[in-house]
Amino acid sequence: MGMLDKKYHDSNIIIVSLEKALNWARKNSLWYEQFGLACCAIEMMATAASRYDFDRFGILPRSSPRQADVMIVAGTVTLKMASRIERLYEQMSEPRYVISMGSCSNCGGPYWEHGYHVLKGVDKVIPVDVYVPGCPPRPEALLEGFLKLQEKITGETIIGEKDKDLEAVKAEIIDSNKDED
Amino acid sequence: MKTPEEIFEHLTSQFGEDELSFESRDIGQPWIAVQASKIREVSKFLRDEPDLLFNTLMCLSGVHYPKEEELGVAYHLNSTRHNHSIALKVRVPENEPNVPSVESIWKTANWHEREAWDMTGVVFDDHPNHKRILLPEDWEGHPLRKDYVQQEFYQGIPTGE
Repeated sequence: MGMLDKKYHDSNIIIVSLEKALNWARKNSLWYEQFGLACCAIEMMATAASRYDFDRFGILPRSSPRQADVMIVAGTVTLKMASRIERLYEQMSEPRYVISMGSCSNCGGPYWEHGYHVLKGVDKVIPVDVYVPGCPPRPEALLEGFLKLQEKITGETIIGEKDKDLEAVKAEIIDSNKDED
Repeated sequence: MKTPEEIFEHLTSQFGEDELSFESRDIGQPWIAVQASKIREVSKFLRDEPDLLFNTLMCLSGVHYPKEEELGVAYHLNSTRHNHSIALKVRVPENEPNVPSVESIWKTANWHEREAWDMTGVVFDDHPNHKRILLPEDWEGHPLRKDYVQQEFYQGIPTGE
């Protein structure tokens, strides 16, 4: 946890930076929007059920986009649904995150060439934070996606913009790769 | 219970052979080709005739024949009373794809005809709710046509890669 290290002896005061406290709260209460579009939704339900139980990470389903932090796009996004997804995303309050679950919402999946009715990747209408590959991904994969999202949230700052940070992280990765070479 | 040949004979005794023909191939079930203008009368007769009693429309599908530049509709009928079944086929030209609706005879036809319109563009005359069923109302074209070209954008959203 890291935060408890700085706990004052015999008291309930914890000294921590505001950013860290916010990020810690956010990443441990990722309430997701409860809707599924195709077979990925079955895996999502399995992930929520007792065996994989992502309640233990504070990941809870919410029935309204206004109460949700994360949108799991679980399944095939048809063009008819795309505008609805966009509206649901707009109804979510910030900070908001999107997990694209499965091949269909990543890139169109099996419909990528001849599926006239399928959006070729949900990132054409809303920004995506984490892509989970698979057709459908196993519950472990979705959980991994959530852990990746938690990592991402840990690195957020109040002042900097979300996407700028991401660019910085990417640059860092590229730099570190260069060093190895 | 009647064989398809017997059903065809029964039909021709009522309607003559001008607008009906019996067809079969090496594989698959035989069918009766019907002129589009006659389909509603023939359907009503098939449903109400005591020896036939085709009370169920099992399936109604739209078909595109690109070589002949024709559209078609296939009707699969079954009688739960006599336990026999038959297929009817109707062909119409692409530029005038009007087929009378059989919705007044079998209510099943309502959504099936809407699907055939949506996917292949067959127009069903006198259909009570003639609009698309699967695709959005503002979609362009009929996707199961062999010459279908997909629109590039739907409501500003790219449909391709």
